[in-house]
Parts: sequence; C-alpha cells; structure tokens
Amino acid sequence: MTDPTTAPAVAAPAGGGAPDAVAAPPGTPAVEIRGVDKTFDTRSGLVPALDGIDLTVAEGEFVSLIGPSGCGKSTLMRLIADLDEPTSGEVRVFGKTARQARRDQDYGIAFQQAGLLPWRTVAANVALPLELHGVASASRRDRVAELLEMVGLADFADRYPDQLSGGMQQRVAIARALAERPRLLLMDEPFGALDEMTREKMQAELVRICAETGAAVVFVTHSIPEAVFLSDRVVVMSPRPGRIQQVVSMQLGADASRTEALREERAFFEMVTVVREALHGAPAGGARGVETR
Amino acid sequence: MATATGTAAITAARVGGTAAARSRREAVLRVVAPIAVGLIVLGAWQFLVSVVGVSDYLLPSPQSIAEEFVAYWPSILSAAVITGTNAFVGLVVGTVLGLALAALAARWRAIDRMSAPVVAALAVVPIVALAPVLNSMFGADSQFGRQAIAALASFVPVFLNTLRGFRQTTPVHRDLMKAYAATSGQVLRTITLPTARPFMLTGIRIASSLAVISALVAEYFGGPRGGLGSLISTSAASSAYARAWAYVVASIALGLLFYLATLALERLVQPRTTRQRTTEGST
Ligand SMILES: Nc1ncnc2c1ncn2[C@@H]1O[C@H](COP(=O)(O)OP(=O)(O)O)[C@@H](O)[C@H]1O
Ligand SMILES: [Mg+2]
Repeated sequence: MTDPTTAPAVAAPAGGGAPDAVAAPPGTPAVEIRGVDKTFDTRSGLVPALDGIDLTVAEGEFVSLIGPSGCGKSTLMRLIADLDEPTSGEVRVFGKTARQARRDQDYGIAFQQAGLLPWRTVAANVALPLELHGVASASRRDRVAELLEMVGLADFADRYPDQLSGGMQQRVAIARALAERPRLLLMDEPFGALDEMTREKMQAELVRICAETGAAVVFVTHSIPEAVFLSDRVVVMSPRPGRIQQVVSMQLGADASRTEALREERAFFEMVTVVREALHGAPAGGARGVETR
Repeated sequence: MATATGTAAITAARVGGTAAARSRREAVLRVVAPIAVGLIVLGAWQFLVSVVGVSDYLLPSPQSIAEEFVAYWPSILSAAVITGTNAFVGLVVGTVLGLALAALAARWRAIDRMSAPVVAALAVVPIVALAPVLNSMFGADSQFGRQAIAALASFVPVFLNTLRGFRQTTPVHRDLMKAYAATSGQVLRTITLPTARPFMLTGIRIASSLAVISALVAEYFGGPRGGLGSLISTSAASSAYARAWAYVVASIALGLLFYLATLALERLVQPRTTRQRTTEGST
C-alpha cells in the first residue's frame, strides 16, 4: 500500500560493528560529496542533472547553493538527504553513508513546499518526527511548545494548515525540521513563497536558530542577497549538466555579525556583486527553465 | 466556462453579506428548499387526483397512500427490517472486501492488474441478470442471494474509490516519510490512510444507496417473501396500488436512512478541515 519509492527503512541504527555507526570524530565534515554524478533515466532519454560535484560542508557551516532553475540544486540536496541516489560518486554525512545518516536521523529537512499534513493541527505537524521516533508525549508537548514559540506561532498551535498563510505554513515546516535538534539542516528554497518582509524576518530567525543550535546548513536559494546574508560560503552552480561554477567565501569584515545592519553595509553589497558576477559568468546562465520542485 | 465561473462569482459576491450570514442562509436553504419542493409536488399530486379527477386506481392520491401506510405499518416495518438487514449485511461485506482488495491492489501491482478486468466486469453485471440465478442456487428460503447481490453492488464503488485514495499521497509527503526513516507501518498510518480516508468514505456513501437498491430489486426475482421489494411486487400484481406506493415510500425512507448513516459516519471520522475540501469521488 505504500509507494514503492518509500523505503521500508528501519529507524534503528545498524549495529553489526560497522564503523559508520560509531560517532564521528571531531572535525569530521557534516557533508562530504566526492565526484558525484546524477543522471535521470526518463522516458524521453537520459537527463544529466549533476556532473562531477565535489563539496565539503564543515560542521556548523552555512553553505548556500545558488544557480538558475534546473541546475540541480534540489537534486544535490536530495542526494545528501538520501532521497535519491547518485549515479556515481559518494555522499557522506558526518562520516557515514547518506543512507546511514538518514536512518540515524542526522539531518532535518524543509522542502520548498511546506508539505504539512492537512489533517493534523500545527502542533501535531511539528510533533510528527518526535512521534515517529518514539519521543514520550510529555516531552513531545514541551518541545513542540518551545518550537512554536521559536517560530512565533505559539498562538496557532491548534489551527489547521489551511487556516495559515503560506509564510506561516513554511514556519511550521521549519519548526518541524528543527524538532529533533539536527546537527545538519537541509533547506530547499524554504522562503521562496514568502514576501520580501517576511523573508528577511525569517532569515534573521534562521541566523539566530543556527547560532543557538550550531547546526550545519545546506540552503538552496534563488536569491543572491539571501545567500550572502546567511552563508559562510555560497556555491554557485551552472546548468546542463549541473556543475559547481565557483565557491565564494563570504568576507563580510572581521566581526561580521549577521544583523539587519549588515544588509546596508558595503561589504555586503560587494559580496552580492561577487556572487552575481560568478552567477552571470556561468555559460548558458540566466533564469530560464521551469522550477520542477 | 470562464464566463459561467465569472457570473457565479459575481452572483456569490452579490448574495454575499458576511460569510457567517451567508453560510447560515445556505444551511436554511438546504433544508427548506427540498421540503418546499416536496410539498409542492405532493400538493399538485393530490390536486390532480381529487380535483382534476384522475382515477385513484391509476394514480393513488397521497392521502390514500398515507392511509395504507398507517394500516400496513407492522408489515411495512418488518419488511423494512428484512430488506434493511440484507442491504446492511451486503454493505458491510462489500465494504470490507472492497477496502481489503483495494489495499492489496495498491500494494502489489500484480494484484491491481489481475483485479482490474474482474472489477470492470463486476461493475457492469446487471442485478436483474444475477438475482434469479443466485436465488435458485441458494434455495427459496435463503436471503443469501440478496445479500450477495448487495455485497457485490457495494464492493465496486468502495474498491474503486479506495484504490484511488491510496494513490493520492503526494511526493512531498512520501519524501518526508523517507527522510524520517519511517517504517512502512508508520507510512501507512501517518499519510496513506489519512489521505485515502475521504475517498473511502465517498465510496461507502455511494455503496450505501446501491446496497439498498440492489437488495430491494433482488427481491423481485424470487426467494423468500416479506421484504419491501417482494411486497411492492405482490401489491402491484394484486392491483393494490396505494399499498404498493406505501411500500415504495418505506423503501425511499430506508435508502435515506442508509445514506444519512454513512453521512454521520463521515462526520464522525473525518476532521473538519479536510472534510470541507474533499472532492466528490465518482464510481
Ligand atoms: N525525478 C526526476 N526525473 C527526471 N528528471 C529530473 C528529476 N528531478 C530533477 N530532474 C531534472 O534534473 C535537473 C535538475 O533539477 P533540479 O535539481 O530540480 O533543479 P533546481 O532545483 O536547481 O531547479 C532538471 O533538468 C530536472 O528536469
Ligand atoms: Mg529546486
């Protein structure tokens, strides 16, 4: 009755003496991608989505993926999440295989669509991962209250998703992604559907949350200022097939605190320009193609 | 199409007022309108018979039907119990089979492939063709044939709607479950069943009416007497038309009872928000 694409995976970490199951030594990168290609086998032929991707995300690091539609940003994120498998190459998360990391629940994920369950209340939606992983109901309740407070939706706990605006739904999805305090957060254009004001507010929230939790983040975005504001490094991708065009480290000054004031600073605009040039230098660039997810 | 939608929107806006007032008005209208139509039809009917003078033999007046209804109440009640029991047993069996087979077909493509032509064939089996056969097969004093027919009629819409419901899970929900490393049992409980639920309920609602109709019609083709269907046919055969109509009225009430019961079931198990958005599934 379940779809064949849904893995019948068991949450229990594999024992059996696999070195993967042991906690990674300090300094192990959160994500390590080596020589990854991804080709989709579709009815109309092979679609090369990613080609020769190498990328390392350190623990606690904030990395944005930016590039025109169809350059494989979502695909790359899905490979890290083990929702798809690379055609060749290797993806490791905290030193384990991506599959093991998924089974161990090492990451939290937020998609472009909020993907809330419409028959559950806001609180029950946030509680979902805790429920699935057997957290006791009392501590579940406390954690949900805490999370809803964090995303500013404490008053909406008993509402249903269709009673919320798009931005509020996305905040619920983010709270859900944070529920189990993951050390790695994967976010695919989570603010894509928000208006500019809400978006900037959410970005500030995300900066605060990351500082609090120390989580590494892989963040897919379309927006250059968003990438610059949030990231330690911005990965600029080019399409057809998806390649890493350039990796830009953000140099926002010695004591670059990511506050609202940063958006007005010279260093910020300079980095925006650097990223924009990297992006436009990409062959066959430009915002064409239809967003598929 | 576009203009029609536009007009509808404008009309809705004009009728407007506050949303609450509008929904209250709609609720009242939904109850009052059918009652008004019913009264008008009954009035016109009575008028045709008693004033215009259409023969009571050709078209019994509502009044004479009501008199027969009262006079034969015990027999009507026991007949409704017999037919109702057949329909109920058929509905339950057909629903259980429909849900179970849909679950199997959703899980294993091979079963889906095998069952598709069978279900398509079942969907077009006319009750009139099957009833005499089953009635003779299971003997003159068995209700089994009728219950089997009701079960068959119920099975088809439940199966088709449920199977469709099982296919409605969205990719983002499936991805989410995979990201949570959910077991297949958890996936079933968390997304597959809740997504399919409104479709199942629609199937059961459609089946409830079909169960009553087929249990009733099956009685026209032999088997034990005493149900509403057989009493309608005997009354009509002995030219007691007013009494036949009284049994028809009871049949309508029985069908309505089943329909309302499934509607109540729907309200019971379906949370408020998703119920509003459920689209009507067809057979
Ligand atoms: N499931 C899939 N099947 C076939 N092709 C796909 C699939 N997912 C993505 N693609 C293709 O891979 C390419 C990259 O897609 P995607 O990763 O969604 O791009 P982005 O998120 O950067 O817009 C596109 O050409 C898209 O059509
Ligand atoms: Mg995408």
